[in-house]
Amino acid sequence: MPALFKKIFQTGIVTEPLGPDEAEIIQLVGQVNQKTQRLLGRALAIREVDAGSCNGCEIEITGLTGPVYDSERFGIHFVASPRHADMLLVTGPVTRNMEVPLRKTYEATPDPKLVVAVGDCARTCGVFKSSYAVVGSVDKVIPVDVFIPGCPPEPADILRGILAALDRMPKKRI
Amino acid sequence: MIVTGYVLEIAQVALALLLAPGLAGFVRWLKARFQNRRGAPPWQPYFELRKLFGKEVVMSNNASWLFRVAPYIIFASTVTVTLLVPMIVAPLALDGMGDLLMVVYLLLLGTFFLALAGLDPGTAFGGMGASREMTVAAIAEPTIALAIFSLALSAGSTNLGRIVTQELANPAVTVSPGHLLALAALFIVTLAETGRLPVDNPATHLELTMIHEAMILEYSGRYLALIEWASWLKLTIFFTLLANLFVPWGIATTFDPAALTLAVLALIVKLAVLGGIVAVVETRVAKLRLFRVPELLGASFVLALLAVTSSFLLK
Amino acid sequence: MTIPSNLISSQTMTWLLVVMIAGYGIGAVGALTLGRSLFVRAAATSGAIIGAGAAFILGSANLLSGQTLTIQISDILPITGFALRLDGLGAFFLVVIGLLGVPVALYSFGYSAAYEGRYSLRLIGAMLNGLLLTLSLQVMADNALTFLLLWETMSLSAYWMVVTEHDQPGTLQAGGWYIAMTHIGFAALVAMFLLLSGGDAMSTSFAAMRANALTLAPLARDAVFLLALFGFGSKAGVVPLHVWLPMAHPVAPSHVSALMSGVVIKMGIYGLLRVTLDLLGGGPAWWGALVLAVGTVTALLGVLYALMEHDLKRLLAFHSVENIGIILIGIGAGLIFRSYGLMALATLGFIGGLYHTINHASFKGLLFLGAGSVLHATGTRNMEEMGGLIKRMPWTALFFLIGAAAISALPPLNGFVSEWLVFQALLGGFNIPVPEVAVAFPLAVGMLALTSGLAAACFVKAFGISFLAIPRSHEAEHAHEAPLSMRIGMAILALACIALGLAPFSVVPLLGGVLAGLGGLPDTRSVFTLNLLVQAPAGFAQVSPTWIGLGLLILLALIPLVMRLMHVNRKRRVSDTWGCGRIGQTPRMEYTATSFAEPLRRVFAELYRPTKELSIDFHPESKYFVKSIKYSSRITPLFDRVLYDPLLRLIQRISRQVRRIQTGSLHLYLMYVAVILILLLIAARWF
Repeated sequence: MPALFKKIFQTGIVTEPLGPDEAEIIQLVGQVNQKTQRLLGRALAIREVDAGSCNGCEIEITGLTGPVYDSERFGIHFVASPRHADMLLVTGPVTRNMEVPLRKTYEATPDPKLVVAVGDCARTCGVFKSSYAVVGSVDKVIPVDVFIPGCPPEPADILRGILAALDRMPKKRI
Repeated sequence: MIVTGYVLEIAQVALALLLAPGLAGFVRWLKARFQNRRGAPPWQPYFELRKLFGKEVVMSNNASWLFRVAPYIIFASTVTVTLLVPMIVAPLALDGMGDLLMVVYLLLLGTFFLALAGLDPGTAFGGMGASREMTVAAIAEPTIALAIFSLALSAGSTNLGRIVTQELANPAVTVSPGHLLALAALFIVTLAETGRLPVDNPATHLELTMIHEAMILEYSGRYLALIEWASWLKLTIFFTLLANLFVPWGIATTFDPAALTLAVLALIVKLAVLGGIVAVVETRVAKLRLFRVPELLGASFVLALLAVTSSFLLK
Repeated sequence: MTIPSNLISSQTMTWLLVVMIAGYGIGAVGALTLGRSLFVRAAATSGAIIGAGAAFILGSANLLSGQTLTIQISDILPITGFALRLDGLGAFFLVVIGLLGVPVALYSFGYSAAYEGRYSLRLIGAMLNGLLLTLSLQVMADNALTFLLLWETMSLSAYWMVVTEHDQPGTLQAGGWYIAMTHIGFAALVAMFLLLSGGDAMSTSFAAMRANALTLAPLARDAVFLLALFGFGSKAGVVPLHVWLPMAHPVAPSHVSALMSGVVIKMGIYGLLRVTLDLLGGGPAWWGALVLAVGTVTALLGVLYALMEHDLKRLLAFHSVENIGIILIGIGAGLIFRSYGLMALATLGFIGGLYHTINHASFKGLLFLGAGSVLHATGTRNMEEMGGLIKRMPWTALFFLIGAAAISALPPLNGFVSEWLVFQALLGGFNIPVPEVAVAFPLAVGMLALTSGLAAACFVKAFGISFLAIPRSHEAEHAHEAPLSMRIGMAILALACIALGLAPFSVVPLLGGVLAGLGGLPDTRSVFTLNLLVQAPAGFAQVSPTWIGLGLLILLALIPLVMRLMHVNRKRRVSDTWGCGRIGQTPRMEYTATSFAEPLRRVFAELYRPTKELSIDFHPESKYFVKSIKYSSRITPLFDRVLYDPLLRLIQRISRQVRRIQTGSLHLYLMYVAVILILLLIAARWF
């Protein structure tokens, strides 16, 4: 046990500070309700939904809870059940088989809620556009608040997109 | 004088309710730091509670009135326990209302209804969580009973206030083998009953590794807020029992304001120390496989049995 | 709380006795003679209610005022005649009989309607009154012959009620086991009374036996105690004599199961207390230690086997075994303390045992009546076919929940109070001067705590699987609520559970009064209560379920109020159960009773030794495609495996050998007669 804690103390805090969206990547779809932003701003629970993605975006999202990007410092944590969730983080072009589950997940989430679509597939179906297995982009199935373009987007951009939905986009590197 | 006692009781309940989210947040923050990341601030659970009370409730159409009533029963039974546990003053005004056995069974009342609420929506995960929770609770019972026995032997009572005042009167008993063994046994039981590693992972998302989380998967909004607050309150209660029954110094025996302030500070320090120990334990150990948990609890039973035997023989 | 004795004269008591017997009589006669089935049921029910109500009042009158009742009729029975005497102990059990008898009688009005045309309603009604009558008179019996006569009649009435549904599989076999074991116990009781009376037929009255016991040799006293434990234990259902209980109680009609679990098996406890404490006046420490050990094993085995059951009534029957174990733990502790002169602690132990007796009668009666409602509505006892009944049978579900919470010893209901009292009695074990005996007490504490935890787990399963979630079968989906008479019966018992839990400060002194003077115990009842608190002797512990109950109620009302004041979001939306996005939910996706108990089955696998059978059907063309998988697992209870199966095989083997003498040849039989006659003549000549 001493070896473990020695290593912990030697490594120190590795979280990288997060800066503002200089490259203007995040796309907000209209104005998010201010009351919702005030309620969810400090403590956000996210339920991630894979609506048919290739898992490239998922791998970036799993980086969010790691020590480097540490979404928890903004009060964001991931939950297992949509009943506990405030935000749905949707990836992938919505495939035909995942259309109903995505809708059901949206219905199962209590109000007020937000939806953030991650990746090019979620925004425009990406390389799977006009495939026979695909229904359309996420906003064809459920209402979306923020799009985060990229294939896959960087974890820092995903984090900025989530914070943009909460109107907590950092103005400087924090 | 008597009125002050009752006012203090209510103040104690308020203090417990106020400290509970902070304690859970502190343990979480420490674990984050041990994972080399910044983590959420220790007061994050307060924000979570405020948010949950602002969300709507979505209920399963298979659930019944039990699902709606259970969070209130769980919360009420846990708050009732804080009326009996000496946190800042001993003996409490309501000390005669309940002893350690009453505390144990009131907590069992909460667990009973939580398990039923897990079964109500008819999901497999809820049933699984309920089954596992009742298994762990049932197997932890003998250890708790024997630890109570060994504490009662040296203090001459099972009423909590009396145990604390007896220990303050003759401090040598706190380092007796009986007490130390009982402390070890109760520490293991605390980890089991409050759903901490190595028995249950409070931060897991994998349903097959859940015990407590699995029962509340269907809860949302204010019901979830009440249940989460009750589980943090249960953590606070167990830590307070470990702290004040085994290391009682700092607790006030009079209603003098200076003594009370000292008692509050002492309590916060003790809770922080215990929180630190639990954070270290949770970082070091991995979660036990479910069918290995009875072995762990069996070991704690043996410790408790040794505690009673040594208290008996060394009396 | 007492009533002065001049308010209740001995004439009142006699009148109450007459009303009681008349009530039962009218009930029985009415059931046997009236025409329409509605009148038969009504007569049986009203007769039983009058009788049981009178019994309750009679018992309470004695407990509250101390007024006794003595009846002696010399001509009905030979030698000592028919003698009745009501004292504290008998009065307490009379109260239990009355408390359970009234709701059961009311319940049977609605329940036995389902038997119309299939089984004899007359017999059921008459036997109900007969059973209640023999039970009520049993606790007043004042000499050996009266006692034994009533005991046998009680067992027989119970038998006729158990085999009511005689065409169902397993009923007659269960009845057979019941009648065999009760008669083995009866034989032990006859031997016991013979020893107690010293072989002198004139001194078979209890008063004479009390005097005689002082002069009995220690070996004879030990023998009496062991015979009493065996005989009364087999009636109570202690391990290993319990095997008839999980067979007979499930197959009986549900109100009969309630009566048997609630009262008939308590006659074993009554008998044990009467003989050990009253007639023998207590004994050495090893008596108490034996009762404590037997009680602990009974409690633990009872609950462990209950956990594995998915037949609702069999589960409840095993829990009856467990609770008898808990009562015996209290009594055993009391006997041990008494033998060391620790009188206050001894009284505490006995009070715990007696309180648990009346508590068990109320909550087990309630649970069996609830199970009966479920059986009445769905036609099945199998939990794996139930579910979702809380929406279809809301009252039954509520009453069953109260019973389940009570039996799990959850405050502020009655189960908690009696378990607390038994725990406090055990915790007093450190006062015992002999360390070898004192060390048994921590073990008993641990085992009692484990039993209690497992019971809670078992009732989460029993209530959760049967009543919650989605119906698992067509019958459960179309279940209907129980008729009014059944609901009122259950409501009475639920109220009793709540009252006994919230007002222990009035029950404990009454029990202290029952025990004062019995077996040399002094009147220590003032030690055990203080205002609304219940306390253990020498200020060891205090508890007030009353105040805690009040506190819980206040909080339950306060929390929603505070939430409303703080403008918490009050919206609630009903939606599909979250199934990970899956479309649709079927009952196959729910947890089952077997899966609920699975972790505990693994933990205690060494005890259960489950057998497993797995057969996989492969597709004829390729063994990579599976057509069907059949899995079955069976648990044979320990004592069936270890004791009764070998015993039955031995008896059968001996019987087969004895059958050899029956060759069918008349000449051989005549020779047997001649040989035996000659041997008898020689024996008579010589001795």
